[in-house]
Amino acid sequence: MRGYLPDYTFESANSLKKALSFCEAGAKPFAGGTDLMVLFEAGLLAPGKYLDISRLKELKGIKNSKTQVTLGALTTYSQIRNHLILTKQFPILGLASREVGALAIQNRGTIGGNIANASPAADFPPGLLVYDAKIQLISTKGIRTLDYNRFHLGYKKTELRQDELVLSVSLKPEFQKYHHFWRKVGNRRAQAISKTMMAGIAKTTKKTIQDIRIAFGSVGPTAARCYHVESFLKGKAINTQNIQEAKQLLSKDIHPIDDIRSTGKYRLRVSQNVLEEFLCGIG
Amino acid sequence: MKKITLTVNGKKISVQAHPFARLLDVIREGLELTGTKEGCGEGECGACSVLLDGELVNSCLVPVLQANGKAILTVEGLSKKSLCPLQKSFMKCGGAQCGICTPGMLIASQALKKKKKRLSPKDIREGLAGNLCRCTGYSQIIESIQKSGGRT
Repeated sequence: MRGYLPDYTFESANSLKKALSFCEAGAKPFAGGTDLMVLFEAGLLAPGKYLDISRLKELKGIKNSKTQVTLGALTTYSQIRNHLILTKQFPILGLASREVGALAIQNRGTIGGNIANASPAADFPPGLLVYDAKIQLISTKGIRTLDYNRFHLGYKKTELRQDELVLSVSLKPEFQKYHHFWRKVGNRRAQAISKTMMAGIAKTTKKTIQDIRIAFGSVGPTAARCYHVESFLKGKAINTQNIQEAKQLLSKDIHPIDDIRSTGKYRLRVSQNVLEEFLCGIG
Repeated sequence: MKKITLTVNGKKISVQAHPFARLLDVIREGLELTGTKEGCGEGECGACSVLLDGELVNSCLVPVLQANGKAILTVEGLSKKSLCPLQKSFMKCGGAQCGICTPGMLIASQALKKKKKRLSPKDIREGLAGNLCRCTGYSQIIESIQKSGGRT
């Protein structure tokens, strides 16, 4: 049953400074609403004070320089998928954005929300992990920058404190020579929550893997890099035997479970096959 | 309660509403514009689609405070004196059957046509991927959009 309106207060913040002091006083940030309104509809959104941060211009926009790309936390999936430079430098982010919900969701959902909501099935984290993104968090005390890899601590647990907002995510455009791969597996192309998903980038010379980064989502409490598979593949040739070994090793990196969307067994098998698809494509 | 100002189908209006009330409920109950439908209530089906400042959104997922000061287009705003080309085409091609999804389909189609003049079937399929229809099998809807002519 839907939440009871009088249980909620909802205010708009017109400056970042004001928003941060509201957060310090216990208000919860509300951006695109594509996750929180679903909880509200189900009667599962915690009652209390919510703060509309959707109008904060300090959290908006994609900034490009030669050495760094910064995405404001309120950047929507539509803005990402339509951004020509960004989708060229970081193809996985563009591909993932196109597969989140459908257009109406992509117009509203934000990258900051996708990260802070911390669903294991979020579509953005695997891409951010392989591109070695950094995340900036802001509070009245100042800004701190973390490796994105360190942000997610466990199921729905993150480094984000109650008094902090996600300010931005930054990436270095240094992957021009890489092969980029993204695959989301769900019940249908649109409006699906993933059963498994994989982001991968690789650089090869003469059929030998120089550098490779692989991250999966929906197959563990948080999206995670696959360090066992990566270190096995580095310096190796792409051949059937190595691909088979990499597939076997994947069970050391991902730990899928049975839930309403799929089974652990299916997820592992499909994840292995997706890994194979990626490896076959990079030679 | 808070005073919310919206420009709905070109007309500026003010309503009193709880700031966390769903835009969908304000449109249907506050403004009595019942063309916009509620299907799933969780952003899956697209029956409640409206344009918010020209962007396609699910009005069931928008608290009305976030729409304050913005322009909204509902299905009622598509036709002026007579039906718009999209609506005529939906009638002609059998794009509507039971009708529950139709307002959302029309609004999503309008959003698509505004962004791009020449739409491929793939563009249309992707653009309508968030709108579910349980009657037509979609082919007639896609045909309706393809045959609705240039600008709407």
